[in-house]
Amino acid sequence: MAAESLQISNEESGTIVSSTKTITLRIARSNPKKNTEQKFDEFKIPYQKWTTVLDAILEVKKHLDHSVAVRYSCRQASCGSCGMKINGRPALACFTKITELNSDVVTVEPMNNFPIIRDLVVGFERMFSNHKKIKPYIINEESEINPGTKEFLQTPEDVEKYIQFSNCIKCGLCNSACPTMATDSSFVGPQALAQAYRYVADNRDKGKDERLKIIDDSHGIFRCHFAGSCSQVCPKGVDPAMGIQLLRGYLLGFRD
Amino acid sequence: MPNIDENKEGIKGMANPTRYGIERFAYLLMRLSGLGLLVYFVVHIYETSMILQGKVGWDEFLEITQTTEGHIILALVIGMSVFHTVNGIRVMLGHGGIGVGKPARPDYPYPAQSQNAKHKISIYSAIVLAAIAMMYGIGVMFGD
Ligand code: HEM
Ligand code: SF4
Ligand code: FES
Repeated sequence: MAAESLQISNEESGTIVSSTKTITLRIARSNPKKNTEQKFDEFKIPYQKWTTVLDAILEVKKHLDHSVAVRYSCRQASCGSCGMKINGRPALACFTKITELNSDVVTVEPMNNFPIIRDLVVGFERMFSNHKKIKPYIINEESEINPGTKEFLQTPEDVEKYIQFSNCIKCGLCNSACPTMATDSSFVGPQALAQAYRYVADNRDKGKDERLKIIDDSHGIFRCHFAGSCSQVCPKGVDPAMGIQLLRGYLLGFRD
Repeated sequence: MPNIDENKEGIKGMANPTRYGIERFAYLLMRLSGLGLLVYFVVHIYETSMILQGKVGWDEFLEITQTTEGHIILALVIGMSVFHTVNGIRVMLGHGGIGVGKPARPDYPYPAQSQNAKHKISIYSAIVLAAIAMMYGIGVMFGD
């Protein structure tokens, strides 16, 4: 493609403008609305120490092929939009530097275990509906929203019990890496299970029994085999596998 | 080809142990050893039922296990039993929330506490113990 046009022209001044290091970026292209084919388009992209995979994809969109479909927003691992398979492993494109991949070829594909919308963009409907299913909010009759009720005080120790799980940005990387999700689309998934634990572990919450009932389902928590892949890919330190096992501890009677 | 529906990774992805550390490898070995033991268990019931054929039938069947192939299969069964049992204890404790780490405020680069050294050491121990048991078994079976 027009890779040459990307090379920055040699300047007379002698100042080094850019490194000449390039990678081959392979982008999976598909449009399930039209047909089931998937092909890879290749682009030569110059990169710097700080270039992220998302930067490289946006470089393609800006200069080489603007039809590439990619979803992003924050560019700083906060919004959870840019999850994709990078060299075979789910990761956030904005949080993965080209240099850390140690490869001359970077292949980006849509995340597995989600329906493809187009190219790198996948649909989150099922994940969001599973997330909602576990009641991701504090259940307490004496809600502080009611007038006349008191504030709920929490010690720093109380907060430590759930704060890690509240870091979830709903990027879906965990569901994409999960071996159960690979074959069972009805599985509630590590994202939702970790959030179930986030609320159960919150001492303001009184919805533990309700949530345990929801996840104790034929496609619920017992489909987790503690392979830990969710935690290996989570970009926010949520460690879904830990939350899930702690949650299952209640159902198995190891904890109360 | 992408499966438009859910683009699920499928059995191939489930069984690919190369991308997510030793824990995912242990997950695969647990499945394979569990299924292997199940097959052995069924064959073993059939094998021991030969006693109903009297001493001759029993001895005839035992002959089959006294071959090189029989010894290799038994060595594999020994390895699978040891790995499945040791790793099974790790997995059962983990499933109960024991040894999976304590929730804390995560700090960059966010190492996952559930993927801790205790588990890794247990997995490696299960593999090493299985290998030792297999070598002992091979020694007994092949050594005159
Ligand atoms: C002391 C002995 C044993 C222990 C501690 C043990 C433990 C376990 C555990 C914890 C699991 C669940 C693993 C997971 O959640 O992924 C499991 C799965 C399994 N076990 Fe065992 N087990 C033992 C013996 C056996 C025997 C003798 C057989 C065969 C007859 C067997 C066949 C299986 C099978 C087929 C699975 C399912 C594998 C899977 O779905 O991944 N196990 N075992
Ligand atoms: S648990 Fe981690 S990997 Fe899963 S959706 Fe939340 S932030 Fe993403
Ligand atoms: S763009 Fe927001 S997480 Fe990557």
